[in-house]
Amino acid sequence: MIKRTFKTCVALAAFTLPGMAAANDSAELEKIRAEIQQMKESYEGRIQNLENKLQASLTSAGKAQESAAKAETAAIEASSHTPASANAFNPGISLILSGIYAHRSQNSDSHISGFQAGGDVGPGLRGFSLAESELGIYSNIDHYFYGGINAAMHADDTVSVEEAFVQTSALPYGLTVKGGRFFSGVGYLNEQHAHAWDFVDSPLAYQAFLGGQYGDDGVQLRWIAPTDTFVELGAEAGRGRIAGTAGRDKNGTGMGSIFAHVGGDIGISNSWRAGLSYLRTSAHERESPDLDAAGSFVTNSFSGTSRLWIADFVWKYAPNGNFNYTNFKLQGEYLNRHEDGSLTYDIHAANSTAGYSADQSGWYVQGVYQFMPYWRAGLRYDRLDGGSVDYTTNSANLLATGYNPQRVSLMLDFSPSEFSRIRLQLAQDKSRDNATDNQIFVQYIMSLGAHGAHKY
Amino acid sequence: MKTLINTLLTALILLSMQSAQAALNVFACEPEWGALAQELGGDKVSVYVATQALQDVHHVQARPSLLAKMRSANLVVCTGAELEIGWLPVLLQQAGNPAIQPGKPAYFEASNYVQRLEIPQRLDRAEGDIHPLGNPHIQTDPHNIAKVGDALTQRLAEIDPANAAMYQARHKDFAQRWQDAIKRWEAQAAPLKGVAIVVQHKGFPYIENWLGLHEVAELEPKPGVEPTSTHLAKVLAQLQQQPAKMIIRAAYSDERASQWLAERAKIPVVVLPYTVGGSERAKDLFGLFDDSVQRLLDANK
Repeated sequence: MIKRTFKTCVALAAFTLPGMAAANDSAELEKIRAEIQQMKESYEGRIQNLENKLQASLTSAGKAQESAAKAETAAIEASSHTPASANAFNPGISLILSGIYAHRSQNSDSHISGFQAGGDVGPGLRGFSLAESELGIYSNIDHYFYGGINAAMHADDTVSVEEAFVQTSALPYGLTVKGGRFFSGVGYLNEQHAHAWDFVDSPLAYQAFLGGQYGDDGVQLRWIAPTDTFVELGAEAGRGRIAGTAGRDKNGTGMGSIFAHVGGDIGISNSWRAGLSYLRTSAHERESPDLDAAGSFVTNSFSGTSRLWIADFVWKYAPNGNFNYTNFKLQGEYLNRHEDGSLTYDIHAANSTAGYSADQSGWYVQGVYQFMPYWRAGLRYDRLDGGSVDYTTNSANLLATGYNPQRVSLMLDFSPSEFSRIRLQLAQDKSRDNATDNQIFVQYIMSLGAHGAHKY
Repeated sequence: MKTLINTLLTALILLSMQSAQAALNVFACEPEWGALAQELGGDKVSVYVATQALQDVHHVQARPSLLAKMRSANLVVCTGAELEIGWLPVLLQQAGNPAIQPGKPAYFEASNYVQRLEIPQRLDRAEGDIHPLGNPHIQTDPHNIAKVGDALTQRLAEIDPANAAMYQARHKDFAQRWQDAIKRWEAQAAPLKGVAIVVQHKGFPYIENWLGLHEVAELEPKPGVEPTSTHLAKVLAQLQQQPAKMIIRAAYSDERASQWLAERAKIPVVVLPYTVGGSERAKDLFGLFDDSVQRLLDANK
């Protein structure tokens, strides 16, 4: 295009110039022609130059486009490995806030008639009270370990360490080792934090045999079998801090457990898990609230060996496996405990120690139904079997009546989002002989911060 | 004794041969990535898909069966961008499988290989279920599938170098068929450009971006929050002013809210399969987009 314009100009000049130089001699004409030829050559050279430059710039523009595309790809890649600031290494922090209003027909001298239960027994205080606030800080430690802490802040201004463990993430063959303080893997509900429970309180059988929930200092080994059906085996060794005890100051262990879980799916709508666990603890000065033969509220203390069997199952159903709209969960556990050792009756006054042995059991079954988004209703039935108890020489002070405690709980909860839940629970609690406790609870549970993934 | 040792040795050799021949166990979090892995891997992969089209991937239970599959997985292919944050971390932590931990080659997040949309300016749970890393529902744009396919091929070749040539050959074939299909879909979907739509959940920005659909309202008051009657009434009032041609929802979401609005606003509801398996025709990735484009065109008539 440019080239053609210049050629036209040159041609025009060639035609007009002779007219202007009319009557000049041929030598002059020759000279002019030579000059024009020179001009023409020089212009053509320049045009060629320009064309080359243009071509070059066009090519580099193409290259720029290409490199822009490359930059985009690089940016996408970079955005996937971004975190640049030091804070990016901060662990995930989650905070659970919870509070309860309780209205009950009985006083707070909670105990389970006929059972030497320690730890968290009973439904807590009446009136308004702060429930446990849980602060959880968890993170990968490096490419070998994961770990963190879960601290519980209680309404009475004390803080306890619920869990503080490290766990391997690099062991092959389905193996995981955990060390520190952790909730034992026995049973089903035991490993779940209180904020994930479907009812305000733990099952009566957990209160009677596990101090509400059993966490210990020790080590745990788990192995998942390389099968399509879920098969998990586990074993634990620990200090024996069961039911509010501190454990003995001695070498070796005060607790050992083994457990097995199996699970799977049935179609796309159903999933299940079942398990069997055995827990042996050497309880040391395990204090339990009780009512003696005279009707006085006393504290007893047990030291000895405690063997507990647990069978558990859970079944979850949601149409097409879509849990958003409706779903149903059924779970149940059976616990059987045999204890041998010595029991000190009324440690604050009489303080009389004698031999003690007991064979007792308990179970609960509960169903929770989400009937529409955000709304769930649940029913739980608890029952304990007084079994056989031998207080030996303390049998004048403590009566083995063979009473079978039971409780029925009904709950309705509303969860406006994944992070908040408000619950109403009504219960008739017959864990004390001749003293039925009618209970109303209103509870809130809120979770802030890191989005915790929930166990099955 | 000698016979016993010989038998044992033979058994061991047979076992190791079998494991050398055994297909690569792929754990796919979503059906679209399962389908893609199958396209690229052919008979060299054995794909397990953890969720299906009628489930909301945000809310999945960390079921025992998933844990069992995670334990034996050789490659985990998920969307990432925190879509699976409610269940995947538990599986990874408990599986006792060091190969598929985040950061390892056998852990693959698809959303790392596409340009993510809707990265929030303000991070606050009061805004609903928002994703800090951007909208994770990337599978509704076939160009994203192509990009993830490129990256996944590289990854397959990296963790299973013995079959690298086969993965690359299959990818070449797939990529060609996919580009042809994209041209076809884009030609078919030309009339959809600029069409105003209402969506149930903010789960469609990528298909909107691809086809030039214009989202005017959402049925969810906030992402992840179920539609309320007050909000629906507001959307209905808005549609009087600013009409839309259709309401779009994913196969897994509840039909009531969209049906309610459709009857009153007199516009059709389009149920997009959303992922492989979400409709009769969405049997594979090609069917997914054939069906999605067709359903949108039918509603636009």
